Amino acid sequence: MAEDTTGDDGASTTDAPRRGFLTVAVAAITSAIVGAVPAVTGLLFFLDPLIRRKAGGANFVRLPLKPEALEDDGPPQQVKVIVEENVDAWNTFFNVPVGSVWLRKIAGQVIAFNTLCPHLGCSVDYRPAEQDYYCPCHRSAFDLDGKRTNEIPPRDMDTLDVKIDEDGFITVQYQEFRTVTEEKTPV
Amino acid sequence: MIRKLLDWFDHRTGYREKLNEALYERIPGGARWRYVWGSTLVFTFTVQVITGIFLWSAYSPSTFTAWESVYYIQEMMFLGSVVRGIHHYSAQLMVVLLGIHLMQVVIDGAYRAPREVNFWLGLILMQIVLGLALTGYLLPWDQKGYYATKVSTNIMGATPIIGQQLQELAQGGPSYGHHTLTRFFAMHAGILPGLLVAFLVLHIYVFRRHGVTVRDPQHAPETTFWPDQVLRDSVACLGVLAVILLLAIFRSAEISAPADVSEPYAAARPEWYFLFLFQFLRFEAVEHFGLAFGAIYVPSAIMTVVVLMPFIALCRGGHRFNVVFVWMMAVAITGLTGLAFYVDSQDANHQAAIAEADRDAHRVRELAPQQGIPPAGAVTLLRSDPYTQGPRLFAKHCAMCHRYNGHDGRGRLVMESIPDPDNPGRTVKVVAWPQAADLGTFRTREWMRSVLTDYENHFSAFRDAAWFQAAQQLEATGKSVAYLDPEYSEMADWSGEKDDLGSPENLPKIDALVEFLVQQAGAKDVDEDLAAQGLALATQQDWSGTAVSDSSEATCASCHSTIGQAFVDVPDDKADGYPNLSGYGSSAWLRSFVADPEAAQHYGEKNRMPEYADRVTEQELDLLVRWMTGDFETDTEDYPSLTERLQAMVQQRRAGAGSVDE
Repeated sequence: MAEDTTGDDGASTTDAPRRGFLTVAVAAITSAIVGAVPAVTGLLFFLDPLIRRKAGGANFVRLPLKPEALEDDGPPQQVKVIVEENVDAWNTFFNVPVGSVWLRKIAGQVIAFNTLCPHLGCSVDYRPAEQDYYCPCHRSAFDLDGKRTNEIPPRDMDTLDVKIDEDGFITVQYQEFRTVTEEKTPV
Repeated sequence: MIRKLLDWFDHRTGYREKLNEALYERIPGGARWRYVWGSTLVFTFTVQVITGIFLWSAYSPSTFTAWESVYYIQEMMFLGSVVRGIHHYSAQLMVVLLGIHLMQVVIDGAYRAPREVNFWLGLILMQIVLGLALTGYLLPWDQKGYYATKVSTNIMGATPIIGQQLQELAQGGPSYGHHTLTRFFAMHAGILPGLLVAFLVLHIYVFRRHGVTVRDPQHAPETTFWPDQVLRDSVACLGVLAVILLLAIFRSAEISAPADVSEPYAAARPEWYFLFLFQFLRFEAVEHFGLAFGAIYVPSAIMTVVVLMPFIALCRGGHRFNVVFVWMMAVAITGLTGLAFYVDSQDANHQAAIAEADRDAHRVRELAPQQGIPPAGAVTLLRSDPYTQGPRLFAKHCAMCHRYNGHDGRGRLVMESIPDPDNPGRTVKVVAWPQAADLGTFRTREWMRSVLTDYENHFSAFRDAAWFQAAQQLEATGKSVAYLDPEYSEMADWSGEKDDLGSPENLPKIDALVEFLVQQAGAKDVDEDLAAQGLALATQQDWSGTAVSDSSEATCASCHSTIGQAFVDVPDDKADGYPNLSGYGSSAWLRSFVADPEAAQHYGEKNRMPEYADRVTEQELDLLVRWMTGDFETDTEDYPSLTERLQAMVQQRRAGAGSVDE
């Protein structure tokens, strides 16, 4: 039926079919262009987070705590990590928390774990009765050294580098890591 | 294989029939360029939907984040300015295409039976598009959109009976705030586009039912929509797209300073396609009948005529009337728009307001990456910026007497009204006399040199001040009056020794003294050695020439005893009776001087300047001082100097010319 209505073009003259093909080609290509330009521009704009990816080297952040405040081999303590300056899209926030860490001291050595579960990023709790870390979302469990004690998390808890600064305060290199993966990769 | 799959799909959906219907619509008389307008409108709307949804993914509607997120889209995000530019210009083109489409429909008689309903559907679509334009203008929450939209919602409030309720519904409350944005955004990105799609479907459905309105069926052999008309439509759309892209890339969409309810915006104008209405409302004759008359009744009456066109066409000569009517409207709208642009271009105040708006817009985009936008929004950056607030404070508090490079700090000449000498009882606008020094060069080498070597002229503006003339009159009666006389004072005497000060021996010394003074004032590019020489000269007697060196008080320090020290606040009982020049021109000095010029350490009883300690807040004084002492960094262009212009106008007024053009 469709062919019926378009066919009469070709019947009248000999060069009409070529002209017809050209018309179809140009009409199709032009339509494709006018549709694609805004769509592709918009899509590239949407890909902005991937295109403008910043390689973020994490700085050491001072915690309001000295090693002496931690009991040797004592229960873990959760401490908020407050950075001086945090940029979120257009805003710059000053002195805002960006996360928290579990701190322990073993043989005078301070160790720090990111509280985020390497499984899917919920917050890992400390259970005094069980003497372990436990994630309430999917039941990931870790011993107090951060070793996983079941197969739910893909890796042990994420340790963070710790330094004691010149004033004697604990500083940690606060970073977050990709979840689910067996390797510990900073995001 | 694919064929089979499509057959399977067609069997279940019947898509082929619908597709064929859509593609192979008959066009008697052949495909024509004049049929493209409707398609370009559908195209621009599609562009708006695509770019609009992507912009949506980065836009945040609240008074703290709207401007900020648009700024971020525009300046930081990949292709952000292009996507926003496309959306911005496509919207404007849509309004233009709408006008063309409407005119073409009327001229070709496509509104007549049996197409009346479709004509009305088109008019509804037009209202929706205008609604989209109006709501979209506010979303960036910049000064321009904010103040222009306020006018629109106030007009809404002038609607008889339900005006107030209508306005509050639109605003989400009695005044503008978070909910104005969320509601406008819901209208702009949800309700109006939804309505537009619904009416567009009806519009196209009814259009297809009747087919194109063919004026000349013999024009060419009958053809079909695909591919002949599609070719023309798509080429037209390509043209439209090219215009949009060129504008988007080479003339990025504007974003003025963040909306600030406390900062009047003198450059407020609606978007250019509403300027005709704006201009219409500005006629006093129109305003005379009340706002509702010009803004609501007249446009409604015109719309009513347009709506009734299918019926008017039933009368003899009705179609001709309709055609003449749309042409007249087109001419009137174009004329009023042109007039609005012309009137604004001739209005010095409006031009100055635009210059200020541009300066603010540029400045805030400079500050945002420098300082980071705080949670309370970018508007706070400008509120605490010396380069933005200094000129405003100067214009408000200082420009009655002082000038800044000839203007009032904000790029405007200071004018005043005086009785017209030619027309008794009338007033005439003339340039106001500057009555104190022009502070545009304050702290610079030019300023210091002028004070030293041309004191009399440097402060000569005093002579036009009322206090000066009053003091002189009083003095003429034999009374003793304490006042600053640029001609007769010890400093004027010192500075007046032109031959000695300008002698070959002394010229380098003046250079050294100037260098020392700008160093004191806190200049950054100082020749330290020269300044050290200057300091020695300021405190020791080492001048050539009889008059200067013989004078018993030849050095600066002989009178200004604290010169050369960092600014020290000298209490009244310790003052030496001469202006305290310790740290002269520095921010500490200026702060002390502006706060209390009448203190004994400054002008004492000779002072005529108001004490600003009580007139401005601590923060305002700080901003003013920081601006005047250059305590800011910027690449934003300042207002152009009007010094020469002002001098010419002052001379003109002195020569007795009556009215002076601004």
